[in-house]
Amino acid sequence: MSATGLRHPGLNLGPAHGDAHEAAEEIVFGFWVFLMSDLVLFSAIFATFATMVDATAGGPDGHTLFDFKSAAIETGALLLSSFTFGMASVSMKHGRETRSVALWLGVTLLLAFVFLGLEINDFLSMLAKGGSPERSGFLSAVWLLVATHGTHVTFGCLWIVVMLIQVLKLGLTSDVKLRLLRLALFWHFLDIVWVGIFSFVYLRGLA
Amino acid sequence: MSSADQEYRADLRSYVIGLVVAVILTAIPFYAVGFGGYGVRTDFYIIGLCALVQIPMHFRFFLHIDLSRSKRDDLQLILFSFLIVVLMVGGTLWILGSEKMRMM
Repeated sequence: MSATGLRHPGLNLGPAHGDAHEAAEEIVFGFWVFLMSDLVLFSAIFATFATMVDATAGGPDGHTLFDFKSAAIETGALLLSSFTFGMASVSMKHGRETRSVALWLGVTLLLAFVFLGLEINDFLSMLAKGGSPERSGFLSAVWLLVATHGTHVTFGCLWIVVMLIQVLKLGLTSDVKLRLLRLALFWHFLDIVWVGIFSFVYLRGLA
Repeated sequence: MSSADQEYRADLRSYVIGLVVAVILTAIPFYAVGFGGYGVRTDFYIIGLCALVQIPMHFRFFLHIDLSRSKRDDLQLILFSFLIVVLMVGGTLWILGSEKMRMM
């Protein structure tokens, strides 16, 4: 691995991948521009949340609404899914069988479903406890932040499904590899946003 | 061992280290809040500190951003975005925090 061989941030395919590695420089840079704009969006929502954190207006607060166990399992599932996607990326880069790439993607998708299922359950239990978004500034901010992340994960799942089909139907062509590179960045990025959410929304609310 | 094998191991190692570090930095605040009983203030410090350490670790080991080896353009994009974020979040908290104090 040469010190100057990196063409973009993120896992590089390496010269062995020829065209795809050459093309990655520009394509992945473009995706980073998107990711960073998404980062600015999430930061704005985090800042809003921080200013609203005590604005419960007599409504329920984090202690009554959040579930420790659920937050812990969600966190574990998403973190592990980031790792399993990493394994899919490594399999792709190092020319393992197409099947192993598909398998790791499948595991990632299952973990994402666990995450989303628990999150929907959280939302329903919050509603049942009177924690709907219009109740207080605090709750509006919680719903906005958590649901924006959840929507990203949902679209990420859709993207994984599409890529699973492409990997199985088309095989690991240059285009498919470049798409997987970008999806990997997206997926790892969502896990980073979740670190902020479980820390500053859930754990802070439960402390 | 061929250089391809070495690179394979290096790539694998990066994700494994990332996972281990992330699990530890996640377990600490969850333990503190769920079972620690250290008091709210200490919990806040533990949560904040672990998050602030964990986020760069994700960037390093999962997104492979390396200050010394990354390409200049990309690094500038990322650093500039962080500057914007710091200004926006920091500015919001500063101004609204100050407003809150005055209204008390």
